[in-house]
Amino acid sequence: MGTHNHHHDYNFSEQYTFAGTAKVFSLVAIVLGIAAVAFGMLSSEHIIVERTYANLLLMGYYFTCVCAAGAFFVALQLVTQSAWSAGLIRIPQAMASILPIASLVLLLIVGLGLYTHNLYHHWHAEGLTDPNSPNYDALVAGKAAFLNVPGFLIRQILFMGTYSIFAFILAKLSYNEDLQGGLTSYKKGFKLSAIFLVIFGFTTPIWSFDTIMSLEAHWFSTMFGWYNFAAMWVSGLCVITVILILLKKAGYMAWVNENHLHDLGKLIFGFSIFWTYVWFAQFMLIYYSNIPEETVYFYKRFEPEYKLWFWLSIVINFVAPLLLLVDRDAKRKQNAMLFVAILLLCGHWLDYYIMVMPGTVDTERGFGIIEVGTAIGFCGLFTFLVMTKLSKHALAPKNHPFLDESLHHQI
Amino acid sequence: MSNTKYILGSFADPDEMMDGIDRLQANNISIYDCFTPMPIHGIEAKLGVKPSRLPIAAFCFGGLGLMLGFSLLYFTMSYDWPMNIGGKPSMPLPNFVPVTFEVTILLCALGMVATFFFRNHLFPGRAPRVMDLRATDDRFIIAIDARDNANHELIDNLLKEAGAVEVKYNERKYVSYE
Repeated sequence: MGTHNHHHDYNFSEQYTFAGTAKVFSLVAIVLGIAAVAFGMLSSEHIIVERTYANLLLMGYYFTCVCAAGAFFVALQLVTQSAWSAGLIRIPQAMASILPIASLVLLLIVGLGLYTHNLYHHWHAEGLTDPNSPNYDALVAGKAAFLNVPGFLIRQILFMGTYSIFAFILAKLSYNEDLQGGLTSYKKGFKLSAIFLVIFGFTTPIWSFDTIMSLEAHWFSTMFGWYNFAAMWVSGLCVITVILILLKKAGYMAWVNENHLHDLGKLIFGFSIFWTYVWFAQFMLIYYSNIPEETVYFYKRFEPEYKLWFWLSIVINFVAPLLLLVDRDAKRKQNAMLFVAILLLCGHWLDYYIMVMPGTVDTERGFGIIEVGTAIGFCGLFTFLVMTKLSKHALAPKNHPFLDESLHHQI
Repeated sequence: MSNTKYILGSFADPDEMMDGIDRLQANNISIYDCFTPMPIHGIEAKLGVKPSRLPIAAFCFGGLGLMLGFSLLYFTMSYDWPMNIGGKPSMPLPNFVPVTFEVTILLCALGMVATFFFRNHLFPGRAPRVMDLRATDDRFIIAIDARDNANHELIDNLLKEAGAVEVKYNERKYVSYE
């Protein structure tokens, strides 16, 4: 029993053309990024090289996380059989499709960092696990059964490889659906997503323990995985929102309206609160129990070098979305949503910065050509890859079983 | 002059009811309210129903909870019997967050439910006020104030043209007391 009798005349086979300023800007950004990284890498000062590696790890991880969040989004919509997102699902699908490339980039960074001892030096150095060595570190030795180079690399390849395969297949199934129609692709996608979500849910915490938490190998927090997952999910949602709004402003995707934007806004709002919840739970328990082996993490971040940025991260990632998105109308306005999404993307860069820098370059941190250049380079790379992928397929999954319901989505 | 207070158009199909609303509005007949057994998308916008003010009540109750929660902690932990716990100051603000937060959402939720019940006259011993009992079952009702809109014949025709199964002329507003 339908209550709507509108006749729509949307062109579902419309395709995005990736050309002009967008393409030029993304390529220029890649060149700028390469220049900044080369500038850092070729520096004669060791600390500058290390800082470049830290920035590459930060942005490589951010890049992979955003693409993985795209895959997670696609899988989540399939498993929950969501209809609202059907009209905009091509955006996260494009993000998921380039997860294999993002994973390779991160793997390269991590591998080079390990090989050159510029990353993970805390647990990967001569004699750390040898009781007779002057470098012997009992805490690292105790963790060596898990935290060793072969194990680390195998886990990186296994985790990111699995995510990449699932992400690629999930996007591929939807592209096939355009050509073949029917429910076969959807049903297959449903089953694969259910498997993917279980694997993803159990392994992303371990993946973040390895990639980020092990930078300070003495310290550990079981909440760190969820904290990273929340950051990944919020930033992934923000990227989807930014791409969607920019596409709409360029005249594409007429079938996506303020109701869909509202849902994205609610997710961003809700998961920013979730991020804060995990962040605060981790902080408060450590603050309250005051055990030296736990407080070491926050001690570093309470030094004058980081304290301001540490609190600024909370203001941007919690207070800003809380105040700016609490209003219903704000979540339905393109400009307000665009502003908050970009602000949160900067905020989560800062969040990752505070996760990575104290454990790598410590007091030698900086904010200059290397930081800005690496960030711009990865933004360009992401834009170029995702938009190229997006331009290869129609912007609507025209045979999606819930596409019609998505058009009538109203909240 | 009849004693009719409300004219009720009873529809079996929501699309026909929506069509009825359009026809009445096109003839400048004001609609008192609509009653449906299920939510119908877009009906609020069509009838010009103002957004609910429940969030304002939620904010006020939440604010009250925040103050009460904080006062409780301040009084017990910092004012009445300050204790040294783990070398923390007697007013460790981060530790106040969870309890303050819990009291805030508790009062917010209870306050919202109470406000909702109060506004809708849903309290124990109160007979529910219903204009047409079948609106809770299988009929979609448009209610028109018969005194504000004098041309009853036109209303009757419009409702029937739109597909009303039945048009009632009620002399009482609510039928549920009977």
